[in-house]
Amino acid sequence: MSQMFKKLSPKGDAAGEDLSSHPQDVPLAIHDLTVAYHRKPVLWDVDLDIPEGKLVGIVGPNGAGKSTLIKACLDLIPRASGEIGVYGKPYKEQRHLVAYVPQRESVDWDFPVSALDVVAMGAYRRLGWFRRVTREEAKKAHDCLTQVGIGHLADRQISQLSGGQQQRVFLARALMQDAELYLMDEPFAAVDAATEEAIVSLLRSLSEQGKTCLVVHHDLATVTTYFDWLVLLNMRVVAAGPSETTFTRENLQKTYGGKLSLLEKAAEALRHTID
Amino acid sequence: MNWTSFDTWIVVVGALCAVACALPGCFLVLRKMSMMGDAISHAVLPGLAIAFLITGTRASVPMFFGAAIAGVLTALFTQWIARFGNVDRGAAMGIVFTTLFAVGLILIRQAADHVDLDPGCVLYGAIELTPLDTVGQTGIPRAALVNGGALLGNLLIILVLFKEFRLGAFDASLADTLGFSSQFLHYLLMTMVAMTTVAAFESVGSIIVIAMLIVPPATALLLTRKLPTMLLIASLTAVLSAILGHLGAIQIPRWFGMEATTTSGMIALAAGVLFTLAWLFSPSEGLVTKARRHRSEDLSLPESTA
Repeated sequence: MSQMFKKLSPKGDAAGEDLSSHPQDVPLAIHDLTVAYHRKPVLWDVDLDIPEGKLVGIVGPNGAGKSTLIKACLDLIPRASGEIGVYGKPYKEQRHLVAYVPQRESVDWDFPVSALDVVAMGAYRRLGWFRRVTREEAKKAHDCLTQVGIGHLADRQISQLSGGQQQRVFLARALMQDAELYLMDEPFAAVDAATEEAIVSLLRSLSEQGKTCLVVHHDLATVTTYFDWLVLLNMRVVAAGPSETTFTRENLQKTYGGKLSLLEKAAEALRHTID
Repeated sequence: MNWTSFDTWIVVVGALCAVACALPGCFLVLRKMSMMGDAISHAVLPGLAIAFLITGTRASVPMFFGAAIAGVLTALFTQWIARFGNVDRGAAMGIVFTTLFAVGLILIRQAADHVDLDPGCVLYGAIELTPLDTVGQTGIPRAALVNGGALLGNLLIILVLFKEFRLGAFDASLADTLGFSSQFLHYLLMTMVAMTTVAAFESVGSIIVIAMLIVPPATALLLTRKLPTMLLIASLTAVLSAILGHLGAIQIPRWFGMEATTTSGMIALAAGVLFTLAWLFSPSEGLVTKARRHRSEDLSLPESTA
């Protein structure tokens, strides 16, 4: 299968043989990534270098493969071809540097755990097999919850939290991992204004500490305010680079194709940024 | 009522088996794979039959491994068919366990017809007879030791890997990104279910196993929102089912002038009754509780804005 895609790959084999053609120090290097579901490609020949310390937004229409891109980077779904490098080494050797914030709907919020329990899961890698959560780690988990503004809800069972609070629990869990690279799948989806603000300030503080965040985002109106680097995705990478130069009418038209209503929104968003 | 040490042993065997099932059952329920217990407990039949055909004895050890392997294969085949056959997991499970169960029945009928490996016995068990089969001079029924062993094994694994099991059940993707293989945890749980099923098989039959894997954990989930408490309540419900089940089997038919009925069936039924009670009266989730709370709120306070 991977051979087949190699042959079909539009760039062919000339596009660089492996990860060594990418800069070694970038937090995330994606080389010639192709992903297919039931032989239908979802991502095609994605080749990207994500720069360090940036807030990077991934934007594209529904079904563009945004979540798939993140999951493929994390080895959660099989790749038809391609390689992933994290700070110059394969992802498998660098798991401890990467934190993942999945979509909120990906788990069962009726599960019998407290907010603190979920955040403490971020420490499991440090703890390893068999060892229980230590007192220091529990305290740290509490601090992470406080950092996202819901320290007082630590003992709540997670079904008793609002959608925004649940999202913050996920972010606190990622903080707990002490990672260098944060991959987030639609953290802004269906959250209240207070949570949106909390997430933005959290992203900024991560970026100030030199951490890199790659965030799937769907709201074109806020994209340039929140992110300093963008990836426009629709099965392929349409454009990638600093927000100012990447978020153009032409690129958006290429990304969203004939979807008029979305184009309208994009145009409006553009007007906002120009004003 | 005429309670003898026989009855005590029957309850002990039933309780040990019920708790051994309820512990891994909690994780099955939380992973939304409740029917996997049902599937595995049916699909171990060909494992039993093949182990018997190969060794020619009904010795426990080969039977045990034959069934455990069949149980794990059920989980594996289900996964494969769901992934490569592009069918949903429930359907894949249905295909695998009915096929394996049928193979098991055919093998038993064809090759082992003249021996004492009775499909009916496998299904309903013979818990009433377990006190007769004791180990040496101890007077302890073999079934109590076997089921006690299964319980101890499950308890140890869950205590040691509690953190990992919870992580795998709550968020398998996170488990993988943290380096805890969700596949490994999945198959470990499936192996535990298969082993427990086999341990319970001969003595108490698969009715109890299927009921105890699911009903006590589902009951516990109505009563608590903490996983350690859930494991505890599920275990208590399991023990209570065994006690009430056996009492009911002796006593209830007498009220109607009949002979005592099957204890296995009654234990499963008792669990169902306990579940219904929890469903109606659980402090947080119960139907009756909720209705009452609603009415008192209507009378006293204006609804607070949540």
